[in-house]
Amino acid sequence: MLRYAVKRILFTVPVLIGVTFIIFTMMYFTPGDPARMILGDTATEAEVEELREEMGLNDPFLVRYGNYMWDLCHGDMGSSYVTGLPVTEEILARLPITARLAVLSCIFSVLIGVPVGVISAVKQYSALDNITMVMALLGITIPSFWLAMMLVMVFSVNLGWLPASGLYGWKYYILPVVSISAVSIATFTRMTRSSMLEVIRQDYIRTARAKGQTEQKIITKHALKNALIPIITVIGIQFASGLSGAVVNEQIFAIPGLGKMMVDAIKARNYPVVQGGVLLIAVMFSILNLVIDLMYAFVDPRIKSQYARKKGKSR
Amino acid sequence: MKKTMTTSKTGKKKRSQWGDIWHRLCRNKLAMFGLFVLVLLVLMAVFADVIAPYGYDDQDYSQMLQFPSAAHPMGTDNFGRDIFSRIIYGTRISLQIGFISLMGSAVVGSILGACAGYFGGAADTVIMRGADILMAIPRTVLAIAIATTLGPGLTNAMIAVAISSIPNFARVVRASTLTVKEQEYVEAARAIGASNAHIIARYIFPNVMSPIIVQATLGVGTAIILAASLSFLGLGIQPPVPEWGAMLSASRSYMRDYWYMVTFPGLAIMLTVLALNLFGDGLRDALDPKLKK
Repeated sequence: MLRYAVKRILFTVPVLIGVTFIIFTMMYFTPGDPARMILGDTATEAEVEELREEMGLNDPFLVRYGNYMWDLCHGDMGSSYVTGLPVTEEILARLPITARLAVLSCIFSVLIGVPVGVISAVKQYSALDNITMVMALLGITIPSFWLAMMLVMVFSVNLGWLPASGLYGWKYYILPVVSISAVSIATFTRMTRSSMLEVIRQDYIRTARAKGQTEQKIITKHALKNALIPIITVIGIQFASGLSGAVVNEQIFAIPGLGKMMVDAIKARNYPVVQGGVLLIAVMFSILNLVIDLMYAFVDPRIKSQYARKKGKSR
Repeated sequence: MKKTMTTSKTGKKKRSQWGDIWHRLCRNKLAMFGLFVLVLLVLMAVFADVIAPYGYDDQDYSQMLQFPSAAHPMGTDNFGRDIFSRIIYGTRISLQIGFISLMGSAVVGSILGACAGYFGGAADTVIMRGADILMAIPRTVLAIAIATTLGPGLTNAMIAVAISSIPNFARVVRASTLTVKEQEYVEAARAIGASNAHIIARYIFPNVMSPIIVQATLGVGTAIILAASLSFLGLGIQPPVPEWGAMLSASRSYMRDYWYMVTFPGLAIMLTVLALNLFGDGLRDALDPKLKK
């Protein structure tokens, strides 16, 4: 188990280095001259050239990447072209907001999706099951930014129950989280249902029934525990969907998170901020996937034993 | 639409297998409904000039911000353009993005995946680690980053969407290739001296086709939503092109008073994606009867 964990952690490092390389390359080829951006249209050609030299923009690609990595290792992501502040500072100020939205929506969708999926599986082909499945299908197809707009229109503009924009208290989280979660709720519902249906047909469930276990205990203790294993892997994907949803939907709710920062930065051609934002999102996502993989190996004894056997063989 | 064409074409060659699949698909009512809506959408896209009562950029300043009526079934926007006509023209854009970008990533991703699975070793390591790196960035964020580099526009949006779904195809195809390449017919082909390229094209691909098709049909819907999100953020298709996401983005400042401007483009996206998903689910069940519960 420990060797698996170490191997898995070491595997994450080259991936993240690869991510920095890809993001750096993309931003390198993005049109627009940063020196001209900072100095504005009034600066002379010589001034721009001087700044280019000073910023190291005239260095070859690999040298610039090397410098970028060197700075990155020291926690320096460059400074914003617009405000002049260090990017690390700007990002760390906004990161908690987006992370909170993604985590809340992940928790919210598990809390709704899993129980609904279980009920749907237990009452397979009932009216309730059919309605749930139709809702889940719609949930997967609805674009989250459109759902956000519709929710604002109904609950803020027409009914006036919830605030439409900003982030000044728990009430402000309701619409963003609901709109981001719709896809995840639907996915969790569908996954849980199919996973439960598979487990319910297993022999050990029949055994539990045969020994006279109550139906409720069979569902919660025997079936759900086993059905949850594949669902753990989906959490990572859903967290990514929550993050992406947050990035887009922050625009609609005017939430000052990473997403709004990145889109504003793209419009202002403020590339160090974009670079930092994408990198940080990739790091968050990778760490979560790492945790999930480790959790998966921990929860599922089959993976553990598989690894133990391999270890035995290699000796 | 596209899928029925391939099925019927290959159906002549290998009647039993593809005929069977088509037959199973026909019995799935939801999939047929999805296919029906899809065919309607394709017809709408092809005959947009005939169906749409107005041009997509016909501005009529005497008809600004009109609520839905007989003359304008979905109302008009802030330039007096007929929203119904714009949505019909938008079908062209969205279907184009969905199908072309997905086809591109399916071709590239499948070739990469098949090579990784077939050759193994260094090729496998390089390709799959590359896929891991791309997959470490959530898809939407990756597409946003690519769209930033390429700049706005229809082609660039398509490329951004396509690149972001290549790793998925590579993974799926690699996994299937690993099982297929151990089969006896591949060994037989190698024994009679077939080249690697020949084996991949003639023996591996036909046998990993079903996961590719399933991934592609279900992926078109995601691609359409992704492209709409890009346009919504102002990074994809630019006005006045009637892309649904761009229309939603433009309607944001009017959502307080003009509900129809926000409602209809979103419904169009949803209906299209729903049809694609219903059809894709049905196709998956038809291609692999074992999966059907």
